[in-house]
Amino acid sequence: MQTNIMLCGVGGQGIVLTSKLIAAAAMEEDIPVMSAETIGMAQKGGSVFSFLRLGEGVSCPMFGKKSADILIAFEPAEAVRMLPYLKDGGKAVVNTHAIMPVTAALKGSNYTGDEMIDYLKEKVDDLLLIDGTKACEEIGSPKVLNMIMLGAALSRGVLPFDVAKIEQTMRNTVKPQFHELNSRALRYSL
Amino acid sequence: MHKEFLMGNAAIARGAVDAGLNVISGYPGTPSTEVLETAAKNNDGSLYVEWSVNEKAALELSAGAAYCGANSMVTMKQVGLNVASDPLMSLAYIGVKGGMVILVADDPGPISSQTEQDTRHFASYSKLPCFDPSSVQEAYDMIQDAFEYSRKYNTPVLFRPTTRVCHGYASITVKDKDERKTNKPEGFVKDSSKWVIFPRLSYNAHIHIEKRNAELSHEFSAYRKNEIFPEEKKGCKRGIATHGISFAYTTEALKGMEAPRILKVSTPFPFPEQKALKFLEGLDEVLCIEELDPIIERELIYICGKYHLDVRIYGKLTGNVQPAGENTVESVYNNIAEFMGFEPLDINPDESTPELPVRPPVLCAGCPHRASFYAVKKAMKGIKSVFCGDIGCYTLGNAMPLDMVDTCLCMGAGVNITQGIGKIEPDTKCFAFVGDSTFFASAITGAVNAVYNQADMTLIVLDNSTTAMTGHQPHPGTGRTMMGQVVDKIDITAVLKGIGVQTVETVDPLKLDEAVECVKRVSAQKGVKAIIFKSPCAVLIKPEKPVVIDSDKCKQCKKCINELGCPGIVIKDGKVTIERSLCSGCGLCSQVCPFGAIGGADNAD
Ligand code: SF4
Ligand code: SF4
Repeated sequence: MQTNIMLCGVGGQGIVLTSKLIAAAAMEEDIPVMSAETIGMAQKGGSVFSFLRLGEGVSCPMFGKKSADILIAFEPAEAVRMLPYLKDGGKAVVNTHAIMPVTAALKGSNYTGDEMIDYLKEKVDDLLLIDGTKACEEIGSPKVLNMIMLGAALSRGVLPFDVAKIEQTMRNTVKPQFHELNSRALRYSL
Repeated sequence: MHKEFLMGNAAIARGAVDAGLNVISGYPGTPSTEVLETAAKNNDGSLYVEWSVNEKAALELSAGAAYCGANSMVTMKQVGLNVASDPLMSLAYIGVKGGMVILVADDPGPISSQTEQDTRHFASYSKLPCFDPSSVQEAYDMIQDAFEYSRKYNTPVLFRPTTRVCHGYASITVKDKDERKTNKPEGFVKDSSKWVIFPRLSYNAHIHIEKRNAELSHEFSAYRKNEIFPEEKKGCKRGIATHGISFAYTTEALKGMEAPRILKVSTPFPFPEQKALKFLEGLDEVLCIEELDPIIERELIYICGKYHLDVRIYGKLTGNVQPAGENTVESVYNNIAEFMGFEPLDINPDESTPELPVRPPVLCAGCPHRASFYAVKKAMKGIKSVFCGDIGCYTLGNAMPLDMVDTCLCMGAGVNITQGIGKIEPDTKCFAFVGDSTFFASAITGAVNAVYNQADMTLIVLDNSTTAMTGHQPHPGTGRTMMGQVVDKIDITAVLKGIGVQTVETVDPLKLDEAVECVKRVSAQKGVKAIIFKSPCAVLIKPEKPVVIDSDKCKQCKKCINELGCPGIVIKDGKVTIERSLCSGCGLCSQVCPFGAIGGADNAD
C-alpha cells in the first residue's frame, strides 16, 4: 500500500521537520520512503511544501495533482494553494491561523484566512480545522505547532502508524526535556 | 549493506566516502551545499574537508590533491563552475593521478540561482566525462562509478545532479563502514612533462582526449546506468528519451499505462551512441524530455543524420516540451499525452479559488541587513545615488519597501559595476553592497581595482559573520574551519586598509542614528571608502523578547510597515500589530516610529 502526504505552510513553521519525523517513523517500520521539499531562498517567509511518499514501489519523490491521501497544511492560504494535489475524497488537516505576507501588509490588505477556510469547507468533505495558535498557548509553547498538526493528521487514520509509534520516534530525536511537551501536543486532537 | 533515509546530497557524500575519498573542497551554493557538509559530518579523521574561498580555489586544491594520487571531490553550484572554469579547461588536458570528481549541481527553474545554464554543455566543452543521476539511490551508486572511471582514465569527471535529486530524500541501500574502500595516496611525483601545461603538451593531450572519448562513448553504451526499458520489445514505434529527475517523472506519469520504449541517458557526455542506436531501432518517433537544454535531443538528431535513420525527434527544439523552467509530473504527463495521443490533464486552476497571497522571499524579521539598507536609504535621501547589490540574502534588499538593490549580476560584480556607472555618471554617489562571505570570495579584487583606477565609490560590507543564504557556513572572517580548528580571523578592515582604502568605518546598523550619520560622513569623502555594517545574522543569535506596540500612542500611520517591511509587523483587524512568533526584538521599528509607540518588552502594560 502507498500513502501520499502533502505538507505545506510558510517558511519557518517546521514543515521540513515534521516531514522528517514521519519519514523516520516509516524507516523504523521498514516502510520505504521518498520525499521532496523546498530548500533555499523560499524558506525565508515563502511558501514551503513537502511531498512525502510511503510504501513499496515508489520510484518518484514527487506525485502529481489529485494524488495525496492527506493534506497537512500549517496555514490556510497554503492549504488552498496545494489543494489541487489532494485526491478526490482525500482528507485535510488545516491550521486556521493565517500568516500575513509583508506584501499584503504593505498593501494594507486585511488577509485573515477566513475566505480560505470557507473555500476549504466547500471543497473538502473530511476537513479538520485546528486553531494552532490557541493550541500552542494551551500547551504552553509556540514551538509545538508541528507536533499538534502531526497529531491531528494521525487522528485521521491515513498514516500507516499510530500516535504511540510517532511518540517513540519523537523520543529518539528530541531532547528529553521536551518529550512530555511534545507528547501532549501530539495528543492534543485525540 | 543497510538502509538509510538520506537526502540526495548526503547520498552523494556517503557514496564518495565509501569510494575512498581523501579530500573534499567546495564553495557553498544551493543546491550543492549539503554534499560537503555531510562529508564533514562523516569525517572519521581520515578526510580533509574545506570550504575554500571560492570555486576556483576549491577546484585547484582538489586537483593538487589528485595530482598526488588522492581521491578528491570539489563541490559547487552551476554558476560556481563559471568561476572555476579557468582551471577546469586546463585540467582537462593535464589530467590527474588519483580520482577526481567535480560535482556541479544544476538548478532548473531556476529555484535559487541566477541562470538556467546546463552543465552538460560544460562537459562537452571541456571534453570531460559527465554523470547525471536520476534518483537518490542512483546518485549514491553512480558517484562511486564516477571515481572508478576517473581513476581508470586519469581524468577528472563531472558529476551533475539537479535540485530535485540533490534535495530529494529516499530510503536507500548503502554500504556498511567495513565495506568502505580506502585509498592511500602515493604522493606527488615530480614530472614537468606531465604537470606543466605547455602548447606542445596540450596538442598531444588533445589528440589523446579525442581518442579516449570515442572509447568512452563505446564503454558508456554498455554502462549499466544507461538503460533501455523494456530491454526487449518488438513492434514498438514510439520512444521517449530522458534523463535525471525527468526519468522519474516519466515513470510516474506512465504508471498503469502501456509504456513506449524508454531510454535513460545517465552519461550525457561522451554520448552512448551505440546504446542510442539500439534504442532507435525500429522507432518512428521519439520524444525527448529534458530539463535545461535539449542535449539528448540534439545528439539523437545527429545520430539519425549520421546513420540515415528515418526517425522523427521531438522535444524542446520542436516546441513539444517547454523551453525553460522545471519539469513536473504534470508537465511530463501532458508532454507524453500529446505525443501518444491521449487525453491531457486539466491543469487549469479552479475558477472559484480565492485570490492567494503571494509570498516572495523576504529578509527575516530582525535581519541586520534591513537596518543597513534603511540607514543608507535615509542618508542618501534626495541625493542622486546608485546601489549595486550582490549575491546573498541581501539581494532581498531589492524588495519593497526597501528597494535598495539597483543591480545584481553575479558574485562580486557589484563593486565593479558601480565603478563603471561612476565613470559615466560622475555626479552619482556610487555604492556597492557586498556580504562578508562574498567579499572574501570575489570582491577583494574589485576593491583593489577601485583603488588602483581612482574610483569614487563607497563599499558597504554587510558583515553578519556567516554565509547565511546557503545555511551558515564558516568563511575566512569567522575564524572556524571545516576541520574544526579555531584560526585567526581575517580582518576585513585590515584587508581594505592594506590595499589602500583610507577610510574604513565600522558601525552597528541597528543603532539607526549612528549608522545614518556614518553613511553621510563617509560617503561625502572623495575616492574609495568603506563602511562595515557589523551585526550578526538574526538566525544565529538568541532572539530578544518581541517588542510591544502601545495602542494609545500608535496613530496607525503605518510608517513602520511602509518603511521597513519587516515580517514581524502585520495588520490584524485593521490595526498595526507585532507578530510575536516572528519578531526578534531587534528594535529597528521602535527607532522609526515617529510617535514612540513601539517599545521593548519591558515597557509592556
Ligand atoms: S523589533 Fe520591529 S523590526 Fe525588529 S524584528 Fe521586531 S518587528 Fe521587526
Ligand atoms: S510607526 Fe508607530 S504610530 Fe505609526 S503605525 Fe507604526 S507603531 Fe503606529
